[in-house]
Amino acid sequence: MHKELKAFALPLLGALRDLAPVVAVIAVFQLLVLQQPIPNLSAMLSGFFCVIIGLALFVQGLNTALFPLGEKLAYSFAQKGSLTWLLLFSFLLGFGTTIAEPALIAIADKAAEIAAQSHLIDTTQAARDNYADGLRLSVALSVGLAILVGVLRILLGWPLPFMILGGYLLIEILTPFAPEEIIGIAYDSGGVTTSTITVPLVTALGVGLASSISGRNPVLDGFGLIAFASLLPILFVMLYGILIHS
Amino acid sequence: MNSFLINLLQTALDTLLDVAPIILTLFFFQYVVLKQSINHIGRVFMGLSFVISGLTLFLVGLNEAIFPLGDTMARQLTDPEFLYGSQPHTYLWYDYGWVYLFGFLIGFSTTLAEPALIAVASKAQDISGGAISAFGLRIAVALGVAIGVAIGCFRIVTGGPLWEYIVVAYILVIVQTFYAPKMIIPLAYDSGGVTTSTVTVPLLAALGLGLASTIPGRSPMIDGFGLIAFASVFPILSVLSYAKTAEVLKNRQRSQDELNSASKE
Repeated sequence: MHKELKAFALPLLGALRDLAPVVAVIAVFQLLVLQQPIPNLSAMLSGFFCVIIGLALFVQGLNTALFPLGEKLAYSFAQKGSLTWLLLFSFLLGFGTTIAEPALIAIADKAAEIAAQSHLIDTTQAARDNYADGLRLSVALSVGLAILVGVLRILLGWPLPFMILGGYLLIEILTPFAPEEIIGIAYDSGGVTTSTITVPLVTALGVGLASSISGRNPVLDGFGLIAFASLLPILFVMLYGILIHS
Repeated sequence: MNSFLINLLQTALDTLLDVAPIILTLFFFQYVVLKQSINHIGRVFMGLSFVISGLTLFLVGLNEAIFPLGDTMARQLTDPEFLYGSQPHTYLWYDYGWVYLFGFLIGFSTTLAEPALIAVASKAQDISGGAISAFGLRIAVALGVAIGVAIGCFRIVTGGPLWEYIVVAYILVIVQTFYAPKMIIPLAYDSGGVTTSTVTVPLLAALGLGLASTIPGRSPMIDGFGLIAFASVFPILSVLSYAKTAEVLKNRQRSQDELNSASKE
């Protein structure tokens, strides 16, 4: 138990470090610029406490359970195994990690709340949950697909810049057709999808693949999966918006 | 207190469903496809219970603290009384100077402390043979995010369409891609997604939505989102610029050295 406590101290410090700059900037503004009290300070402090403990537990859990398991699997599929299983694994890895991504859960709920306030959807809890789930499913599907395409790129040696720039072009072609209300969320979803869970597991897959295939450079070919995973969600969320808003 | 407990239980139940797909995927491939058993299965289950309880607490805390905080800051910074005292005034974009400064500082400080970025930066230092310093790269990315968020706040204040700003940034990325050192390109593209952490994303969303709902003439649905997009695109620009600058400086240094050794001979 003592060892577990020690192992827990590291993510706890990490969570504190994540939060410290935010708290410092806000404290400076409150004290020097705004000079106003924060309403509900006690509720906010207990919320901060939940965030720190929660983030630390989450990261510690990832480190003891999901990451060793996922990284080992990623490496063994990269080294042997059939192409079909590898592609299926890539898709499911992208999909599964995105559905569990905390920032995406929070943003999707917020987007549903705002959509309900703007009377784009019904104000019932069911309608909001539906909208949030739809958003998250579109993002998760697109990340799954992105990882699959990214793995194919590593296997076949397609050039990254052309694909990324082609993706940008597609996004800009699709934007005028998308409803105004979805564009902001769509563009944001690219950055939201790739954080705590997705990045380490996906990077392990990419680097594992690139280092096990001869003629591939882990640096040039191993990275770039995240870039796909930040790009495709923008397209898919705009398509989702076209589907439900019009 | 009772409603807090119900909220907690509800969130825990939702979280269980959220984490299920990745757990099922890993177990399926481990047992059915690879046909291997998992070492330390007890540890794995303990870790999974940490993941679920941690995610639950985090999401509950987010709604109690981070979202209201971003919203409060946005409201207080755009309060007419704070901006001009009690005098009547028409709103102009430069009246919101504190908002841009706040966005800049939040972007800069959170990015500099981002663990994922620290890892990426030290990797970049290794592959570039020291031409790119890890700390220099972190400063470059942090400045990219900071400038991105500040410009994003400016867009919310002035109400321009998001895609116009992003198109310009993309065009700059395309132009830079042709000139940047080849080694850095995948890293630079990845850095856009890596920089926005789990704490930063909700705070930026709350800030944007708060700004859009307090500034006259803005709608949260149309103008409120987009800050995260800015924070994801601008680091690509700043990393590519930094790598190019580092390369040019290194070459200049090298030719200077050659010149020196030639003149010594």
